[in-house]
Amino acid sequence: MAEKKSLTKELTKGFIAENPVLRLVLGTCPTLAVTTSVSSAIGMGVAATIVLVCSNIVISALRKVIPDKVRIPAYIVIIASFVTIVQMIVKAFVPALDAALGVYLPLIVVNCIILGRAEAFASKNPVLASAVDGVGMGIGFTAALFLMATIREVFGAGTFLAGIKDLLSVFGDFDFNGFSVPFLADNPMLIFILPPGGFFVFGILMAAANKLAESKGKPRAELRGCEACPMAQTCALNKKNEVKEEVSES
Amino acid sequence: MTKELFSILLTAILTQNFVLAKFLGICPFLGVSKKLNTAVGMSAAVIFVMGLATAVCYPINKFLLVKNDLEYLQTIVFILVIAALVQLVEIILKKYIPALYNALGIYLPLITTNCAVLGVVILNVDNGYGFAQSMFNSIGAGVGFMLAMVMFAGVRSRLESCDIPKFMQGLPITLVAASLVSVSFLGFTGIVENIFA
Repeated sequence: MAEKKSLTKELTKGFIAENPVLRLVLGTCPTLAVTTSVSSAIGMGVAATIVLVCSNIVISALRKVIPDKVRIPAYIVIIASFVTIVQMIVKAFVPALDAALGVYLPLIVVNCIILGRAEAFASKNPVLASAVDGVGMGIGFTAALFLMATIREVFGAGTFLAGIKDLLSVFGDFDFNGFSVPFLADNPMLIFILPPGGFFVFGILMAAANKLAESKGKPRAELRGCEACPMAQTCALNKKNEVKEEVSES
Repeated sequence: MTKELFSILLTAILTQNFVLAKFLGICPFLGVSKKLNTAVGMSAAVIFVMGLATAVCYPINKFLLVKNDLEYLQTIVFILVIAALVQLVEIILKKYIPALYNALGIYLPLITTNCAVLGVVILNVDNGYGFAQSMFNSIGAGVGFMLAMVMFAGVRSRLESCDIPKFMQGLPITLVAASLVSVSFLGFTGIVENIFA
């Protein structure tokens, strides 16, 4: 019973309380880059979730085999393998998504959410819990992307779910290809889908998430650049004395 | 040819700036840009590693992967080559060029998992660039990264003395500031085509 309860907790913590994008501030690059349209955001979310769940399972299963000193390169190889598999599947079955995501699809390898969860969770927990954690974090990531892409696409292009037909073509031929938002479709605010709009919407969402967190008595989300970084332990920036030396020199 | 190379260089620095237009390397952009000297150090290390990674990955891709029809291994090979390269460079610098190591060394491990470095290598391959074009694109991307970092460090030092509403403090205002810096780079749209027209 206790086991079951904690598994539910592992699953749901990624949705809001530890949302990878809005609370842990991980994976900012894809968040900003692919949220110009809702369909590519969903595609990116699903692709990253698949990689996250698979790599979490494998890393967790091998956690007693991988020597501690070479664990990061080992994780990178495992993650890169799954990314390659996903890349091939997407190229074969959803070429439109491959074109929409472009370079960001192979760059899932260096998405800090995946390496971060491998290091923070999968390397210390049993297989089932790691898989559940991956699913939860993946859903949280996808939800954050969806939210941000909705704002950007509706205001910036005046459409919602445009191009979803190509995404759904795997499951069959659908007639539905998104909505057109009245008024905004004729007068879209282009800046929202341009790069500055990405930073702006993310900043506002971040402020809203912080406000919400504070009202619940939780700490604000900060960029924990180093803490969350998978390289933290090997990174000299983290060795406090060296940083102090650096500062005193300058 | 020279014209094309310079057009690639300028595009990478200004119109297709890696940070502000392509959103690659956002973590160091937001994380290490608090002080000007760390911003310069970090971006110098990025330029160095980008150039080096391209110089190493290009022949590997051309003579090993493409020749043997192993293109699908690009992602794995590139990330491993970059990771190994960064470690190697760190060791060599520490031993033989301590001055350079002291300046760049602490930033090197951070760069291994920096998406900008892997991104530039993959983009070079995707665009079908030759060696010279790849090198110019990589150096341009690195210089563009440095430009964005240095500008942003200046903006952030101004932000520190501002009275910001509580809910915007910290990350949100940083992102909004980044958005404004990004707007300024939109002004470069079309400039490269016009210079080389």
